[in-house]
This record gives sequence, structure tokens and C-alpha cells, in this order.
Amino acid sequence: MTGERAIIEVEQLSKVFGVLPALQRLDFSVARGEFVLLLGANGSGKSTLLRLLSGLSKPSAGTVRIGGWELPREAMELRAQIGLVAHRPLLYENLTARENLAFFGRLYGIERTECETRSRDLLRQVGLLRRADTLVRSFSRGMKQRLSIARAVLHQPDLLLLDEPYSGLDQRAAESLDALLATAWQEGRTIILSTHQLERLPQTAGRALILSRGRVAYDGAVEEDEMIPIYQAASA
Amino acid sequence: MKTAYIETVLAIASKDLRVELRSRELLSMTAIFALLSILVFSFALELDRTAREEAVSGVLWVTLIFASLLGLNRSLAQEYDQGNLDALLLAPVSRSAIFVGKLAGNALFTGLVGFLLLPLMTALYGMNMLDGRLILTTLTGIFGFCAIGTLLATMTVQTRAREALLPIAMLPIALPFLLTAVRATKGILTGASEWQVWFQLLLGITVIYLVLCLLLYKYVVEE
Repeated sequence: MTGERAIIEVEQLSKVFGVLPALQRLDFSVARGEFVLLLGANGSGKSTLLRLLSGLSKPSAGTVRIGGWELPREAMELRAQIGLVAHRPLLYENLTARENLAFFGRLYGIERTECETRSRDLLRQVGLLRRADTLVRSFSRGMKQRLSIARAVLHQPDLLLLDEPYSGLDQRAAESLDALLATAWQEGRTIILSTHQLERLPQTAGRALILSRGRVAYDGAVEEDEMIPIYQAASA
Repeated sequence: MKTAYIETVLAIASKDLRVELRSRELLSMTAIFALLSILVFSFALELDRTAREEAVSGVLWVTLIFASLLGLNRSLAQEYDQGNLDALLLAPVSRSAIFVGKLAGNALFTGLVGFLLLPLMTALYGMNMLDGRLILTTLTGIFGFCAIGTLLATMTVQTRAREALLPIAMLPIALPFLLTAVRATKGILTGASEWQVWFQLLLGITVIYLVLCLLLYKYVVEE
């Protein structure tokens, strides 16, 4: 999966916090349009890897290339191509849902009327259209998470990174997230979704990477029979 | 046509203004602190009129600096606590535009506190604090102080002891502002012509600090 079709190329990637290694010499690539699950127990390095891929963090060693651009040196060129749903919602509590999207639309240079149209469509998709003019501070965790996803895809990024997006979502919200991700994937976006909930894996994902103590313990198809023993061993 | 840089600055500053109009946390906190400080100083210096006249410029600037420290901490905490600094950094915008946007909001709020203080001090201290030159000096000093404050608050907000750390980091660096602003203010109030020299120094320091902040902000926010 290297070469022209690869959107992500990671070589010998390491990240160290003080003396603690969070990621150790990772090598993998992701083809354009792939839907990859990033699995691993808490502390396995999933969030660190997603921060590195989003350009928010710098590698201690190794290289990350996205769409041919090297991070973090050429991060500015590819920021518009990345959408991130992080642990925290990355939303302003004292703005309404619509105002949050309008603000981020301005930062991403989306023309005003286009941004309004996209915001309305996204709010409908995530089931928040009726709450569009409600302050985010009154939203539940699940509602914030859904709005966070709308924020991350507002600028129609090529690469969508999601860090534990199912946490805090009830069954209905999780299903609407599945539908949203399936649509994004069908539109040709590359998706990397981290989770530690094996019982809640999106059906559209075609590949899984299991991280264990900062190393890749499994890289292959989403075959639960094959993955679960490795995941359990990695989590032990 | 607005450039992307100006659009980013306006987006961040107007967002801060909108958030503040809704929550009224930052402005009410800093304004109440500043008003109480002025009253306390006024009572403390009431018995000695000469000392009060001597001290008025110092009272103004010490009050403004401590009030803005409160506001700066709050403004950056709002970005950091919800992870919004990350959201800003993810956007394809210049880091210096983010800095200028935050600075614009911080300077606006501190400037409003300054505008509240000047007429109040005129009434309490019996001196004309509404002189055009004094307003210009106040705005220049506030802008420069907020520039360095925005940079340092971005650093300290990521620490656990941020409320204590910001003043410790900032006051030594802000000393040139304090000295020149107090001297310029005193010169204006006493009618001394050397106020212009001190004002020019204040302006020079503000420009130097602003350029340094613009250059350094990228290294402060990026890991």
C-alpha cells in the first residue's frame, strides 16, 4: 500500500514523553479511501498516533507523510485535508452549534453561504438541526460528540481521524455515527478510527491495526476471530 | 478583499467577543477587581493628598496590570480547557494570525476596563484623567502588555499552577512597560514635557515586544 495510492506513509515512527516511549518504530501505510480501525487498550499509543497524524504533535524519530507532505515540516499545506475528532469535543461551550460550525468554517476559508448550507446538512445528519441555535454548554456528552464530528467533516477533509468517537454515545447516536462514517467513506475519504470497544466496530472498516505498548501487534483484515486473541494478549 | 490572515484575526476576535457577551465572565471579573482596587487605593491614600497625587499614575498601571492578568488567564484557559487551542492549531491558518486574534480580544477587554477606570479615577482622585494623551498612553500600554501577556498565558495555561505562574513569569518581563507607562502618565498629569520621551519609549517597547511575540508564538503553541 505504498506508492501513489498511499495517503499515509509512516516510517520508523517513534514518540517518547520524557523517558517513556509512547510509540516505538512504527511502519505502516494507508491507501487512499481505506477505513482503518486503530485498536488497543488504554495507553497503547492510539491517541498519540492520531495526534502525530494530525500534525498536532511532533515525532521523536521517524517520518510521517500525508498525501506526500511531510509532517510536521509541511503541516500548513495539508491541514485543510485533515479532520480530527479528539477525546475532547473541541467546541466553544458559549457558542451555539450553528455558531461553532460558522466559526470553524471561517477558519477553513469556507464561503459563508456554502458554510451555512453544509452546516445545516451536517446538523441534520447528526440529528442536531432542531438544536442548532442552542448553546453547546447545555448539550449532553453524546450531543457534543455528534457536533464534534460535524465540525471535523465540515471542510470535507480527505483524511478523517477519530479518537474514541463512540465514547459517550447511546445506541441511536452510535448508529447515526456509523451512517455518517459510511457516507464519508463512500465519498472516498480515508478514515482512521481508534477504539478500545471491540463490541462496537463499524461494519464498513476493512482493516485493523492493533497497537500494544506503542508497537503494531496486528495489521490485517477485520477478522474478529483472528483479532480478538491478539487484542486480548496485547491488553493483558 | 480581506486576506485569509485578516479573516482569521477577525474570526477569533469576534468569537471571543461573542463568547464574552454571553458569559460576561472575563469582563465582569476584571472590571470589578479594577474598581475595587481603585477604591482601596483611594481610601488608603486619602489622608495624604500629595502622596495621592504622586501615586495616581502608579495606581492606574498596577491596577490595570493585575486586572489584565486575571483576564489573560481566563481568556487562554477558555481555549485550553476545552481543547480549543488544538482546534485552532488544526486549522490551515497562520499561527501569528491566531496570536493576533487572541491579542485583539484581550486588548479590547482590558481597554474597556481602562475606559471604566479613567473617569472613576478622575472623580476619586480629583485629577483630569480624561486627557487625550493619557488615553493614548493607556491604550498603547494595554496593547503592549496584552501582547506579551497573551504569549506568556498561552505557555502557562498548560501548567497546573497557571494562576500563580502567569504573574511570576510576566511581571519581570512587563517591568519596562510599567516604568515607561507610569512615567509617561505622570508627565501628562503634571504637565511635564518629558512625557513624550517616555511615551516614545513605551511605543518602542510595545513594537519590539509585539514583533518578538509574533515570531515566538509558533514555538509556544506547537509541541
